[in-house]
Amino acid sequence: MTYIAKPKFHHPGLKKNELGYTHRDYEGKISTLCAGCGHDSITASIIEACYELSIEPHRVAKISGIGCSSKTPDYFLGNSHGFNSVHGRMPSVLTGANLANRDLIYLGVSGDGDSASIGFGQFAHSIRRGVNMTYIVENNGVYGLTKGQFSATADRGSKSKKGVTNTDNAIDLVAIALQLGATFVARSFSGDKTQLVPLIAAAIRHKGASFIDVISPCIAFNNHAGSTKSFDYVREHNDAVNRLDVLVGRDPIAVDYAPGTVQMVEQHDGSKIALRKIDADYDPHDRLGAQTFLARHAAKGQIVTGLLYVDPDAEDLHEHLNTVEAPLNTLEADTLCPGSAALDKFNASLR
Amino acid sequence: MKPTDIAAPDYFHKVVDCQWACPAHTPVPEYIRLIAQGRYSDAYMINWKSNVFPGILGRTCDRPCEPACRRGRVEETPVAICRLKRVAADFKDDIKQRLPRLSAKNGKRVAFVGGGPASLTVARDLAPLGYHCTVFDGDPRAGGMMRSQIPKFRLPDSVIDEETGYILGLGVEFKGGHRIESMKALLAEKYDAIFVGTGAPRGRELDIPGRKEAAANIHIGIDWLSSVSFGHTDKIGKRVIVLGGGNTAMDCCRTARRLGGEDVKVVVRSGFEEMKASPWEKEDAIHEDIPILNFLVPVAFIHDNGKLTGITFQKVKAEYDAKGRRNLVPSGEPDQTFACDDVLVAVGQENAFPWIEQDCGIEFDKWHMPKVDPKTFVSTNPKVFFGGDAAFGPKNIIWAVAQGHDAALSIHKMLSGEDITERPLPEVHVSSQKMGIHEWSYDNDISNDKRFKVPHRDKVIALKDIRTEVELGYDVKLALGEAERCLNCDVQTVFSTSLCIECDACVDICPMDCITFTQNGEEADLRQRLKAPSLHPDQDLYVSSDLKTGRVMVKDEDVCLHCGLCAERCPTGAWDMQKYLIEMTHAGSSCPTKSRSAA
Repeated sequence: MTYIAKPKFHHPGLKKNELGYTHRDYEGKISTLCAGCGHDSITASIIEACYELSIEPHRVAKISGIGCSSKTPDYFLGNSHGFNSVHGRMPSVLTGANLANRDLIYLGVSGDGDSASIGFGQFAHSIRRGVNMTYIVENNGVYGLTKGQFSATADRGSKSKKGVTNTDNAIDLVAIALQLGATFVARSFSGDKTQLVPLIAAAIRHKGASFIDVISPCIAFNNHAGSTKSFDYVREHNDAVNRLDVLVGRDPIAVDYAPGTVQMVEQHDGSKIALRKIDADYDPHDRLGAQTFLARHAAKGQIVTGLLYVDPDAEDLHEHLNTVEAPLNTLEADTLCPGSAALDKFNASLR
Repeated sequence: MKPTDIAAPDYFHKVVDCQWACPAHTPVPEYIRLIAQGRYSDAYMINWKSNVFPGILGRTCDRPCEPACRRGRVEETPVAICRLKRVAADFKDDIKQRLPRLSAKNGKRVAFVGGGPASLTVARDLAPLGYHCTVFDGDPRAGGMMRSQIPKFRLPDSVIDEETGYILGLGVEFKGGHRIESMKALLAEKYDAIFVGTGAPRGRELDIPGRKEAAANIHIGIDWLSSVSFGHTDKIGKRVIVLGGGNTAMDCCRTARRLGGEDVKVVVRSGFEEMKASPWEKEDAIHEDIPILNFLVPVAFIHDNGKLTGITFQKVKAEYDAKGRRNLVPSGEPDQTFACDDVLVAVGQENAFPWIEQDCGIEFDKWHMPKVDPKTFVSTNPKVFFGGDAAFGPKNIIWAVAQGHDAALSIHKMLSGEDITERPLPEVHVSSQKMGIHEWSYDNDISNDKRFKVPHRDKVIALKDIRTEVELGYDVKLALGEAERCLNCDVQTVFSTSLCIECDACVDICPMDCITFTQNGEEADLRQRLKAPSLHPDQDLYVSSDLKTGRVMVKDEDVCLHCGLCAERCPTGAWDMQKYLIEMTHAGSSCPTKSRSAA
């Protein structure tokens, strides 16, 4: 790890966002991960997305579990709220926080061990409940902190650094998320920021459960020949269905596209996503179609990336539960305890 | 763009902005690191080898290095390179043992006309090689303009004595008080070579009405300064006007303040900003209660029967023509007259060679300057060389030193029977600074400190005695703080395409957004596509050959902090921090035999 702090100086020509911040203002502490870790690129992408969306750092809650990936919230958004929870328990902590205060932007950062093994159930339930969050899995296929054993997302037949072949079937978190009703589902690659940054930005703007599976090569234990999560393998087998070119927030789209190649998606908050199609037949509004497409390509050994499914009119957990809009900590005593007359009235309604 | 050829000696040299800007190419970051380590003598010797007068230059240099310093593009102010040089001189131990040994004479004699920085540099380079060097100067002591023009409150005699002494101690014969009056006579003495380093000794005149009549109280700046320097002049009137905006004018006004001038002002034709004087010299003058009035052109000296009473000025303003050239045109306001008792005219210096006869084989151009080859410094007489102000007009000490080194090389080559137009390449060393995982042989933690001020003596005391040095120099603690501000630009980021796996770690960590991985293109196009805008097109782009994905690595050298984080975060060692050291070719340095290898 690096012993010095990242210098405070920045490029004198850096652009500022609407809030007057440069992307450097969205950084956290210097990373203690191995040199070259894919997770650091995801960190950089989150920083870039938050900068581009002009998000106020104090409006973000970043919540994680345990693992290399779950260390990363320390490396971005140094002025945001954070909670480094128990292994695999990020989804419950995030759900609880979200129920208590729906005004914050919730960023759940997890890994393949944290979400596909010890926290698999937690992952499943937070998705199926439609918690309004951006759930990012930094997926490297190995347990890096314990020296590189296969994780639950390692593909069957892939080889470990020592040459052992994985005989277990892999969990495809994207397929599960689709099945469980996530309303924004995407996959990307840490080595492709032009695809990843707009995906994260769109996910943050999405209302409902957004899930992004980011393949993130582990330089120390899973970047060799025979691995299906190495830089080389992912670059060779990356099958992108689309690219998000522009997220319409403050700037209008100024790019010319050939007719029929761009699909506009308007999200709940009025923001728009311009999807440049690569696969002309792919429809990101078709959940069933997406599941089939994914399964077919996985069988061919291809890694499908891009925005795979989005439901722009999704509802979230708060709507399902009809909860109070104000954050709980702003509710005064007279609201929380409206008096015996109100209690009597309520009791009468149950008789 | 084509992949950058980092084996070309100039590529990395340009990245070391200070060294590239220095006429003598002193390895600045190298000696600043030594200062930080407390190795003052080592730092001094690096300077001594390169610029010959570290103590003198550490007080008086015009510092072309500082405007070039990368720190000035990253924050407000550059590293105080010049004053750190003085630190090396102030805190060094006795370095006499480190000077070249007296060598056996080779029987060849070289004569030097003038004992200033140019001549002394040539003599210093040639004497250790066995040449018998004889330096002639009209003044009794060596140093030339450094001794006669620069006021003692900026440069004490002791420093000049010490550093000229090192050179004369190499067996150089100094004939003080011996002005050469005839080149012909000198040539007749059959020296093997003659070096002319006579400077630009003549102050420019200001021929306006009243000049002749009021001559008693109108002094030519440089003559007046040397007269003060040698103790012939020790007072001046209470009200003094200095005409001119260069460093000589600054020396004149500050000297006048110490010789009885109470109301001293500087008046310049141009605007304050365009004055030739270095900003810090203007600051020092203003600090000594000397106002600088601008856009005033002197039109007449006013006198009362030959007794100077004042100067009349025409008010002007700057106008720019279509080509951006500035013209000073009358502003239309009424003329202004300032009363004064004395005037110091410091409006420029000129060369003068009345002692060189027409039939010496030395040709002059239409501006009465000798025809000198700008590379070899030889005149049209193959045995006569020129350097310093005598060769190409008034510049600063550091230029005289740089030209001196080149002239010495020419003389040595000529007297060794070699072709003087063939200039050996400089020797270049590039070596990795990696000491362990994330450990480097240099301090890569970037200091956030602002430039430290050099302590000055109290003004009341300083103005009382013309020989009291104003600047006290950094103490050890301040020097360390200032040295830490250096960005170590000589420790280069070296990229190996074959090792790169394009993981983006360097892009993500770089604090200055210097690094971009993108499709190759023409330079102008590439500069548009960098991660952070390219602000200085004169700063090079470091471009790799094609990577596996067909992209290239492009690094904008402009504001790289040389913090080494790219190399620390690189998993494969594709980035390495390698120190680049260039040894300029001096007379007698052995030519590099092998071509150098860079990563």
